[in-house]
Amino acid sequence: MGEGSKGSREATTALAMRRPWRTGNMGDAIARVIAAGLGLSVLALAGLLIYELIDKSWQSITEFGLGFITSTTWDPVAREFGAAPAIYGTLISSLIALILAVPVSLGTAIFLSEVAPSWLRNPFSFLVEMLAALPSVVLGLWGIFILVPWVRDPVEKSLGSHLSFIPLFDGPPFGLGMLAAGLVLAIMVLPIVTAISRDVMLAVPGSQREAMLALGATRWEVISGAVLPYCRSGLVGAVILGLGRAVGETMAVTMVIGRGYNITASLFRPASTAASTVASEFNEATYNLYISALVELALILLAITLLVNIVARLLVWRIARSPGVIRE
Amino acid sequence: MSASTHRRRRATNALMLGLCAVFAFLAVGVLVLILGFVLARGISSLNIDLFTKMPVPEGEPGGGVANSMVGSLIIIGLASVIGLPIGIGAGIFLSEYAGHRLGDVIRFTADVLTGVPSIVIGIFVYGLVVLRMGNFSALAAGIALAIIMLPIVARSSEEMLRLVPHSQREAALALGITRWRTILSVVVPAAQRGLVTGGLLAVARAGGETAPLIFTALGNRFLSLSVTGGPIDALPLSIYRYATGPYSEQHQQAWAASFVLVMMVFVISLTARLVLTRRG
Repeated sequence: MGEGSKGSREATTALAMRRPWRTGNMGDAIARVIAAGLGLSVLALAGLLIYELIDKSWQSITEFGLGFITSTTWDPVAREFGAAPAIYGTLISSLIALILAVPVSLGTAIFLSEVAPSWLRNPFSFLVEMLAALPSVVLGLWGIFILVPWVRDPVEKSLGSHLSFIPLFDGPPFGLGMLAAGLVLAIMVLPIVTAISRDVMLAVPGSQREAMLALGATRWEVISGAVLPYCRSGLVGAVILGLGRAVGETMAVTMVIGRGYNITASLFRPASTAASTVASEFNEATYNLYISALVELALILLAITLLVNIVARLLVWRIARSPGVIRE
Repeated sequence: MSASTHRRRRATNALMLGLCAVFAFLAVGVLVLILGFVLARGISSLNIDLFTKMPVPEGEPGGGVANSMVGSLIIIGLASVIGLPIGIGAGIFLSEYAGHRLGDVIRFTADVLTGVPSIVIGIFVYGLVVLRMGNFSALAAGIALAIIMLPIVARSSEEMLRLVPHSQREAALALGITRWRTILSVVVPAAQRGLVTGGLLAVARAGGETAPLIFTALGNRFLSLSVTGGPIDALPLSIYRYATGPYSEQHQQAWAASFVLVMMVFVISLTARLVLTRRG
């Protein structure tokens, strides 16, 4: 009996090591299953997201095929849908945003991580993060009533009268249009790129800077020779994450871009992005194919942002792994 | 090294550092300008009717957005009830249970999901919930915002749980306390503030979202208290509607409603930070 119980206890221990849910504590087994279920819900959600969008856009995918991406006609009345103007608008407005925001963001990040005295650092970081928290629709409201009139009068009028030989600045000053959308996007991208690049720079070990300083380098030489090369991939990641944000940004852009469906070089013309088209036309979509085409636009948007985010995350992860949700 | 090289290096240094400072002040200046304007216009348009009255027919003066505020509270409440427990649970799994490879896959997926545009989430929930239920609802909107919150909460909770020293877990386990009890009674309470902060930041982020609501809540000019019954209004939706409408009375209300929304988001974000930094 004694022998038996000892043997069975050993067996139990061995079993518990291999399969803890078979013996030991029932509560532990249940807790593990629940936690695993909640953890895996993240993966399930990602899978379901992709499946559902493909499923709901299938009608449009089969109807238009690859032509959906290349066709420039977006005509709900004729039941013809081509995404080229929306994709073009998405790329150009994001490009404008990056061109305007990236130098300012990197400069600000360098200032915050390397140059600023500590009493200035925290309030500045705080303000930049507050700008990131500003709801998009509020920025859109500001865009409609403050930015757009300003873009129309001094900006587009003067650009148009002096530089209209460049196709970018040709055309009547509308205010609402690609330029206004790019400016609003620049404001939205700025805090994200700034915050991530600052985190990436702060993750550079102090010894790297000290080694450079010990060689007699100036502060800028430390930054350009040690800090920036060390975290280059992280900075590229930060810029790409900014691009991801710009591509998917909806409300503020919808409110200032003016709904145009032509591909023109002029930045003054009303245009549309994939996101703005979906947001502004959804309530008017009266038949299934129309809705399906809008969902396919959302699917394209998802594909672009997934690609952008995967690349960016891989780059940022190599430098700093924290989610960047909570700071200080 | 010659004196001219030295001078050139010093000049480059001053120029580039100065440029960085100019950029930083430019960025903060733009921000202060926008925030200041929104707050100033908002305060001057604010009145008590905004909170207590219902919308009036378009173009008529007066009225408020009481229905939108109630709707926003219902939607954010639903989103929190759904999103926070799942998110914190996923965070617990990541920090306490997940193996290396699975953990990294989930972490990476969560980070990528954080970057999915909210409008795509809106369309997703439209297909998943609205079409299946047959109508727009507060529940659908709550689910959409919960999906936006989930990856944020999961990652921040994980980070906070990881900060709890291993010795605390070991001490509890050495006392013969089961693992789930250890997590629930030792690890989670130790990380409590961090969890609250992460949750509040996610609520602030979701609370300002507009795009997903277009496809799930739709908007409603009347008061709706029903969770599943039909379209419901929300503060960001009424701002969007009024801002793009033609009437100046509505523009005034859009500014005032924006002030309320911005204040809500900022107060939640600030509370989140204070919870984390408060010494106690």
